[in-house]
Amino acid sequence: MDKVVITVVGKDTVGIIANVCNCLAEANVNVLDIAQTTVQNFFNMMMVADFTRAVRPFDTIAADLRAVGDRMGLQIRCQREEIFDMMHRI
Amino acid sequence: MISIREVVETNQMIAHENLDVRTITLGVSLLDCASSDLKETCANIRKKLLRLGGKLVETGEEISRDYGIPIVNKRISVTPAALVGASCARGPEDFVKIAETLDGAARDLGVNFLGGFSAIVSKGMTAADENLIRSIPAALASTERVCSSVNVGSTKTGIDMDAVRLMGETILEAARLTADRDSLGCAKLVVLCNAPDDNPFMAGAFHGVSEGDAVINVGVSGPGVVKHALSQIRGANFETLCETIKKTAFKITRVGQLVAQEASRRLGVPFGIVDLSLAPTPAVGDSVADILKEIGLEQPGAPGTTAALALLNDQVKKGGVMASSYVGGLSGAFIPVSEDQGMIEAVEAGALSIEKLEAMTCVCSVGLDMIAIPGDTPAATIAGIIADEAAIGMVNQKTTAVRIIPVIGKKVGDKVEFGGLLGHAPVMPVSRFDSENFIVRRGRIPAPIHSFKN
Repeated sequence: MDKVVITVVGKDTVGIIANVCNCLAEANVNVLDIAQTTVQNFFNMMMVADFTRAVRPFDTIAADLRAVGDRMGLQIRCQREEIFDMMHRI
Repeated sequence: MISIREVVETNQMIAHENLDVRTITLGVSLLDCASSDLKETCANIRKKLLRLGGKLVETGEEISRDYGIPIVNKRISVTPAALVGASCARGPEDFVKIAETLDGAARDLGVNFLGGFSAIVSKGMTAADENLIRSIPAALASTERVCSSVNVGSTKTGIDMDAVRLMGETILEAARLTADRDSLGCAKLVVLCNAPDDNPFMAGAFHGVSEGDAVINVGVSGPGVVKHALSQIRGANFETLCETIKKTAFKITRVGQLVAQEASRRLGVPFGIVDLSLAPTPAVGDSVADILKEIGLEQPGAPGTTAALALLNDQVKKGGVMASSYVGGLSGAFIPVSEDQGMIEAVEAGALSIEKLEAMTCVCSVGLDMIAIPGDTPAATIAGIIADEAAIGMVNQKTTAVRIIPVIGKKVGDKVEFGGLLGHAPVMPVSRFDSENFIVRRGRIPAPIHSFKN
């Protein structure tokens, strides 16, 4: 599986998940897990998604999500899951 | 499945604590480029570098985008040029041509530094070694990206004092030829003892003869991450302090290991080592000095600094070793002056002298690094400083180095601006007492007794 972690940081507002999911659905990306928390008064959301059957390249989807973030005043990042696995799992 | 807390922690390190991979360094053997004709050798070098390094920068950027981790530098290290040019370079001017070839290839590949304009003269110099060393000042003045290093000693061989004397003169000449740029040439020149073959960090990187045809070595960083972790446990005992450094070093190094594996896979070049060094930059919050302050020192240089640094260096290694399948290079905490804002402040506050820095190099990598001294310092004094560092390395079976910049036209207290990652530095005082009669002696210092292990 080609797992990617999408993180959203910023002010909580209506439609964050809807907009991110729309963008992912258009690229045929399946969402596996969603979690959210507040760190230092910032809304933090994490989504784990499967890019195995994505119909667009990783870089394009990442750029589309960044654009969604720019429109909504949020920071949206796409990172392959291995960096978190390597750092936090032995 | 990974938790949101872990994801936030990693991204916090990247966004606010300057976590990055400092360098992906592609080591390339140029031994098969040597010919008896200078033009042909240069053409072979260029061809091989462009072939093997063509995708280095692009791949580094791709990995950076995929994992969201900055990879600051993409660099190349090559076989010591004194070996490659031995059969075709008839004099120093021929070696300058080789340096210019390396510089041209580095520029075309988009790498910011290329290391390996080097000679390994731990026991003695061949004619080619000496020609290369004599070409260093002109080579560094006429190139932009080439870094040079000379290994003047080792625990196994002792110290070649003829090379030490020559390096004192060479550093001064390199300073003179780049006097219009605050003697910048010397910032790209390092004198080593016990130099490793697989160091990915500049200016001392070269691709040793013990290496294969090409290799990927990665240097991690992250002083800001260690500092932040320590700020969460202020006042804790030494056990907690050490455990915290160790765990943080583990996390930092894992990122280096991932990047090294990926770079190796994507470039089709074997993975060599991860270098565990804590490498500071002039950016605020990316400082080894700040870690020493967090450990409890008012300024680096205060009594206790050597002990704190020894502890830091050891815990970084203990945490890092388990995080990577192959550890190598310099692997320790770097204590450059101009490249670390906290060190610059310590010098300006009068807390840190060259003598204290020398003591600190006994317990960490790598040596007297990026230190500006007055431009009228005699060559014999510079050679004396090199000999002292080399002796520390030789006796303690560790790598030591001197990258010192006698800034022409500047005196103690003046400021020097090197720019970019090289930073800026206050000119520091050196001992005014003379070493001439020690340095003019010919020959070498024998290997220490504990090197005879057979």
